[in-house]
Amino acid sequence: MSGIVVVGAGQAGLSLGAKLRAEGYSGALTLLGEEAWPPYQRPPLSKKFLLGELPRERLSLRSPEFYGEHDIDLKLGARVEAIDRDAGQVRFGDHVLAYDRLVLTTGACPRRLPAAIGGELGNVFTLRGIDDVDAMAPRFKPGARLLVVGGGYIGLEAAAIAARSGLEVTLIESAPRILGRVAAAETADYFRRLHRKNGVDLREGTGLRRLVGGPAARAAELADGTTLDVDLAIVGIGVEPAAALAQQARLAVDNGIATDAYGRTTDPNIFAAGDCASFPHGGGRLRLESVQNAIEHAECVGRNLLGAETPYRAQPWFWSDQYDVKLQIAGLNTGYDRVVVRNGEREGAVSHWYYAGRRFIAIDAINDPRAYMTGRRLLGAGISPDPDDLAAADLKTLTAA
Amino acid sequence: MVKIIYIEHAGKRHEFDVAAGQSVMEGARDNGVDGIVAECGGCCSCSTCHVYVAEDWFDRLPPIEPMEEDMLDFAPGMEPGRSRLSCQLTVTEELDGLTVQVPAEQA
Repeated sequence: MSGIVVVGAGQAGLSLGAKLRAEGYSGALTLLGEEAWPPYQRPPLSKKFLLGELPRERLSLRSPEFYGEHDIDLKLGARVEAIDRDAGQVRFGDHVLAYDRLVLTTGACPRRLPAAIGGELGNVFTLRGIDDVDAMAPRFKPGARLLVVGGGYIGLEAAAIAARSGLEVTLIESAPRILGRVAAAETADYFRRLHRKNGVDLREGTGLRRLVGGPAARAAELADGTTLDVDLAIVGIGVEPAAALAQQARLAVDNGIATDAYGRTTDPNIFAAGDCASFPHGGGRLRLESVQNAIEHAECVGRNLLGAETPYRAQPWFWSDQYDVKLQIAGLNTGYDRVVVRNGEREGAVSHWYYAGRRFIAIDAINDPRAYMTGRRLLGAGISPDPDDLAAADLKTLTAA
Repeated sequence: MVKIIYIEHAGKRHEFDVAAGQSVMEGARDNGVDGIVAECGGCCSCSTCHVYVAEDWFDRLPPIEPMEEDMLDFAPGMEPGRSRLSCQLTVTEELDGLTVQVPAEQA
């Protein structure tokens, strides 16, 4: 009884296992998770869970009974140390488990600050798992001085929750502006204003020289020479695909575990999906870090394990909640050269439409679900509305085209 | 516990006891109803938990907020008077016996 073994019990691993059963797979199915928690949602960790508004049991992606009812052997606290491809086995702790097919859904790990500049100090946290939030909770209190390192979505969401919870928040971004890698200046401008209005001391073009103190950081020295007192720090400087296991097993790794369009790695019996995997896209390779990709990539790979041979077509989307603002993003804005701003029908609704030439490639919709849903549909259909007419266009007419 | 009835697009019928305070979406997701994807986890950001509410139930549900209305307005297979986002429906004793159907497609 070897069957399918899935390494990684996050969103992708769970979605894959559930899809295999929904599609009628009746063989053995083992889901190995490194953490102590059954599969759970990560996005609320930097949002409602950190705020204390969402209880832990509601983070779970399935009820505890689901696994038994669907004959999924969920093993938690199982850190897989090695893959023996010749024997068709994985090893974790004292256990050896045989597989017919192996799927790697190992996710991604947050980048940490180097120890040399204080990254290992006791009050420096990342935000990737339940344990991270639990660890910072005793220090995440009104009046505490929080330093957020990194102006990407995780850093901004953490800053929003912290400001709302009464912490004194300073956010530093070493690049010239926040959201530099992921969004247009228009979107960054909106969120910079929003955070400052909510009392966050947001400083761009300001790197961290080092954190000072021990065992906990007491102060931060910034690259511009200023010093800040800190009670805790949250580091949101991106993630790295968890590809060490694949590397050790000599599978090809290229910005994540390299797969073909069907999710197969360089070993035909081993597949990969979700944050950890890069797949062919537009002549190159693409790796996505999002719930949407974790679910859809995993479900596609699940069907392929059962013989479907369906290539994965990414339809990326993403969202971020900060204060009372909802940002919804669809598409990939890589290579844009123009951004069209369109005011929405409802008050405060605005959307930013990314174009490469005259080709519409992505949208950031701010409190504007109508624009988001329209943009998503246009991207799915490969339709590019005329950028010159867009600001005044009726959304329903655009999708009717 | 409140009984909620879910009918998958292919016709498979599930009856689950869902705790009051949870959403209709969470009841579906926790139990693995096929077709309720709920990518955003219930914050009204994705529309992948779209359901058709049985006709005699629609008017007894809490009203549709603007954000949900806008998401629904552009959802595939949207049907006025039947469509809701199940993440926006909080389970209460009054919903005992609520029947929802999963559409052919979510996006």
